[in-house]
Amino acid sequence: MECRLPFSLVVFCLVILSSTVRSELVISSVEKFVDLHSHIVRVVSFLKVENQGPYDVSEFVLAFPDAQAKNLATMLVIYLEEGKIIYSEFPTSSTKPKSKQSNMTFYPVTLPKKLEKGKTAGLDVYVVLTNLLKPLPKEITQAESQLLVYTDNIYYTSPYHIRNQSIVFRLPGRIESYSEYSEMRLVESELRYGPFEEQPPFSYSPVVVHFENNNSFAVASNFVQEIEISHWGNVQVTEQYTIIHGGAHLKNGFSRIDYQANPSMSGASSFRTLVARLPPMSHSVYYRDEIGNISTSHLRGDSQGTQLEMELRFPMFGGWKISFSIGYSLPLHDFLFESDAGNNVLNITFGSSIEEIVVENQIVRVVLPQGSKDISVKSRFPTKKSQELKYSHLDIVGRPVVVLEKDNVVPEHKRYFQVYIYYKFNNIFLLGKAMMLILGIFLLFLMCILYMHADLALSKTSSWEEETEGRK
Amino acid sequence: MATSKVEGSSSLRHAFGGVLSVFILLLIGVVAFSIRLFSVIKYESVIHEFDPYFNYRVTQFLSKNGIYDFWNWFDDRTWYPLGRVIGGTVYPGLTLTAGTMWKLANSLNIPLSVETVCVFTAPIFSAFAAWATYLLTKEVKGPGAGITAAAILAMVPSYISRSVAGSYDNEAVAIFALIFTFYLYIKTLNTGSLFYATLNSLAYFYMVCSWGGYTFIINLIPMHVLLCIVTGRYSSRLYIAYAPLVVLGTLLAALVPVVGFNAVMTSEHFGSFLVFIIIHVVALVYYIKGILTPRLFKVATTLVLTVGIAVCAVVVAILVALVASSPTKGWSGRSLSLLDPTYASKYIPIIASVSEHQPPTWPSYFMDINVLAFLVPAGIVACFLPLSDASSFAVLYLVTSVYFSGVMVRLMLVLAPAACIMSGIALSEAFGVLTRSMKFHITKYFECSHTEAPAKLGESTSTESSAPLENMTKSDTTEKPEVARKEKVARRKQKKEKELTENAHVKPVSAKKEKRPLVLPLEASIVSVFLLIVLGGLYVLHCVWAAAEAYSAPSIVLTSHSHDGLHVFDDFREAYAWLRHNTEVDDKVASWWDYGYQTTAMANRTVIVDNNTWNNTHIATVGTAMSSPEKAAWEIFNSLDVKYVLVVFGGLVGYPSDDINKFLWMVRIGGGVFPHIKEADYLKDGQYRVDAQATHTMLNCLMYKLSYYRFVETDGKGFDRVRRYEIGKKHFKLTHFEEVFTTHHWMVRIYKLKPQKNRIRGKSRKSKLGSKSTSSKSGGMTHKNPWN
Repeated sequence: MECRLPFSLVVFCLVILSSTVRSELVISSVEKFVDLHSHIVRVVSFLKVENQGPYDVSEFVLAFPDAQAKNLATMLVIYLEEGKIIYSEFPTSSTKPKSKQSNMTFYPVTLPKKLEKGKTAGLDVYVVLTNLLKPLPKEITQAESQLLVYTDNIYYTSPYHIRNQSIVFRLPGRIESYSEYSEMRLVESELRYGPFEEQPPFSYSPVVVHFENNNSFAVASNFVQEIEISHWGNVQVTEQYTIIHGGAHLKNGFSRIDYQANPSMSGASSFRTLVARLPPMSHSVYYRDEIGNISTSHLRGDSQGTQLEMELRFPMFGGWKISFSIGYSLPLHDFLFESDAGNNVLNITFGSSIEEIVVENQIVRVVLPQGSKDISVKSRFPTKKSQELKYSHLDIVGRPVVVLEKDNVVPEHKRYFQVYIYYKFNNIFLLGKAMMLILGIFLLFLMCILYMHADLALSKTSSWEEETEGRK
Repeated sequence: MATSKVEGSSSLRHAFGGVLSVFILLLIGVVAFSIRLFSVIKYESVIHEFDPYFNYRVTQFLSKNGIYDFWNWFDDRTWYPLGRVIGGTVYPGLTLTAGTMWKLANSLNIPLSVETVCVFTAPIFSAFAAWATYLLTKEVKGPGAGITAAAILAMVPSYISRSVAGSYDNEAVAIFALIFTFYLYIKTLNTGSLFYATLNSLAYFYMVCSWGGYTFIINLIPMHVLLCIVTGRYSSRLYIAYAPLVVLGTLLAALVPVVGFNAVMTSEHFGSFLVFIIIHVVALVYYIKGILTPRLFKVATTLVLTVGIAVCAVVVAILVALVASSPTKGWSGRSLSLLDPTYASKYIPIIASVSEHQPPTWPSYFMDINVLAFLVPAGIVACFLPLSDASSFAVLYLVTSVYFSGVMVRLMLVLAPAACIMSGIALSEAFGVLTRSMKFHITKYFECSHTEAPAKLGESTSTESSAPLENMTKSDTTEKPEVARKEKVARRKQKKEKELTENAHVKPVSAKKEKRPLVLPLEASIVSVFLLIVLGGLYVLHCVWAAAEAYSAPSIVLTSHSHDGLHVFDDFREAYAWLRHNTEVDDKVASWWDYGYQTTAMANRTVIVDNNTWNNTHIATVGTAMSSPEKAAWEIFNSLDVKYVLVVFGGLVGYPSDDINKFLWMVRIGGGVFPHIKEADYLKDGQYRVDAQATHTMLNCLMYKLSYYRFVETDGKGFDRVRRYEIGKKHFKLTHFEEVFTTHHWMVRIYKLKPQKNRIRGKSRKSKLGSKSTSSKSGGMTHKNPWN
């Protein structure tokens, strides 16, 4: 609320600057749903866009305040015409508006076909945001529930004029407090503001929701995934996590007796288990950390996938940290295909296998077999790419490693984003190591034979040998 | 013609026997390795217990920073604020071995983690130890006994207890080094080869690098040399076996930083130098005896004796005076407690407090060496038939190690190889006699049926072995005139026996058999063989059971079988993981010294004391803090910059080796340095208890409070499942500490020191002044901080 003044100033400037440029489009209605069930904020907006200008329009601009744009993990735009999905896109390129004071980020969306004059089209915008829920109070005791604050614009932030709009917050439980507006309704755990009529571009009025959320606030500050391809038919995946409970910090220490005596009351905001969904046919699963196995886990498998329920070494309270690694093997034929050009295509899913987790920094290292050539990577979102070499299992020239790095990864990345890695590999290299071992052992035996037959003694008449020979 | 035929067939047998024994040895190695994997299969591939964690940490450091940083490593994560010079105070053999193995694997691009290498070091070296036992016993009594001994050693429970996968301790490689050094000594003694003597020094060097037990070698070998000299068995081979070992070995030993000048300055090594002098005197005497006529020699002897005795008396007097001037007579505490078993309990409670330094009980002998205990006497008898240098060494080794194992249960480990060698000899001899008798009866039966001269067969055991035998004895007699000195002949005879056993590849007793044919009835021998096999089978069963059930628990993970299946207690790692991730990197954690190594290795936090109990005062400080009331303890800990206090508590789940059970040692060790802690204050009528009858001091000391804080809320009564009664003081609050973490089964509880409150200056000063003369009569009123 304290940011209201500068923010509205900026908005005011923006209104003046940009309204002239894009005035031909009007949003006839928008309904925005904000899902606050977990620590990942998911916003779905259903827009109806109308072209009132004299020209056909091919571009639509989505605007986000910087505070949101910075934490925007991913965004999906679905273009509907007469209720049918005809196009979907993940906008990734952002532009800053030309104004100097701007604290907005624009995401231009190219429409699949030009929106003709006077026509209306539907746009569904699905946005995933992280790090926007702030705990208040910042420190709680074990017995207290975790309360979070979410701040947003009650109006849909857009460079276009909006005729009719409403915003809905879906909350996991009790609401502590919320901004009061005349047009609002609280039904169970759904808080609805609106409808608001005829709002100019960049209208702004803050709305704050303070609510209880005890869902596991797992944030992986670091996640390294190593995928090792063996053309003998196996994919070995190793995932290393450093996980932090990102919610309100624990105050006054942890008392086991309270935690055990009344689990529902005490430590409501903590979490003890994490669930990882591994691909189907996963086998040889392990779960350990730097000091050994973590013996408390359950593994359930079916044709849909394998579910690994990991109990952490200790229950995670606010601000606590833990690190562990899981690993599993997969059959290669599910992930490796051959392209027309004779290339191998490796299809990997980006993102963590743990459910509902925010990954602040993910590094994927794909270790290709020794001797792979012509490596190229295709992905639908920007990642930092680099290549290095890794030596393991009697390698001589090393295995090429494709390193992909991305910040702010959410479960949606796993659902929608595939990474394709193209490379060439000659299967004759498979035999190389076996031949090497055979040769090595052969040489060893040869040396033994030579040594047994060679006489390395300088003189044959040492006193002791004389005696033994004399006896014969 | 006949001899060449026999030789041809015997060389074929020799080759076959060689291949077979190589194969058997290979299998023995596999058994030795795999019987130790129960811990990995039943639990996990993890480092065990306490000391191995330290070794693991050192190895990690070595593999990360290299050897030069390792020598100069000053560890500030332990013994805060003193620190510890690791490079100079650690036996580097184990870590260097594992580090080298890791480096080798990694240079071949075999991706093994340091942990994996460390876990499997002990099983690998057990296989080596089995092979070394084969070599040693082969030198003593021939290859048959060697293979039997190797097979027995591969699975002896005593050795398994110290070398299961994951028990990454010095003993893991030291036992191999010990046996191998002995082998090379015997080999040198048998061959007189300077090559083996040099190797022997190197093996000794490796042993010095590996374990403090090397003093056993450097005392046992001189004892044996002395024995040989006294029994008139001096020879140049003995000289070659001993003199280079002392010179080279001592020089090499002094290169190891942890030994350094101790190699010449402490009394443990004194015996070897004395014998070194003696052997030179004896060598001189023999030399002079050789060049002088007997009459002149007599004159010279009397002359030298008078002068020599005078000189010796002076030297001995000086030495005795020097040695006596040091309070421990130049011996280290641990060695002294070996010579005088009551020493440690009288003067150094910290040595006595370690459970593995206690004397063993009879059942533990049966547990650890099982049937070997019965076979050993037979082995000793076999060693005396005939007595050679090598077999006398084996007997001496056994006798001394039996004594040492009787003093400290830990040294059972030294006894195990000796017992295995003896049992191997016994079994092999027994089998030799029995199978020979069977063979004799069977051949006689066949010969009788073929109606051929049976009388001839009665003389020798078998036609095959008799021919080379006669051949050998003949060549021996022709050689005799060449040899001038008598005792050399004796040696050679003995050597020849050995040769013979190897060349003709018959059972070692066969040579002896010629002189005194021992033939048992067929039925008796069949039954005996059967019984021996049953005995061996029982031994194997026991060993497998011991390996699987008794000695494989890693002690950081506990399991219990209940009606609803296996239950895992992983509390230690839970606590260490919590410390590792949720405390500041530089926070200091205080706990009893048992958990020091684990805390530094697993939690990566600085500790005040650890299992390397080099500073008694520091440990006593922690002991004092634990046995002081809360406020005094807080002051001690605060002065040590401690942030967290960790206690191990078994009362909820019945884990008996918790801090409350160890508490009396804390009181004793603390009281040994800070006299205001008195053991009597914690005992009620001489009994240690924490129930309602416990003393006020006991119920108010920090350890009690930290262990039982809010314990009563678990069941409403505060029933302690280890002590099996309700605790004395149930409801109390902590004023200077706050609970920050307790593990799932309450086995580890971590408390944080509350920050200092604003206090009135005068009050704190008064308590400090008063502390000088406090006596803890009224319990709980002690305010002494040993650091002030």
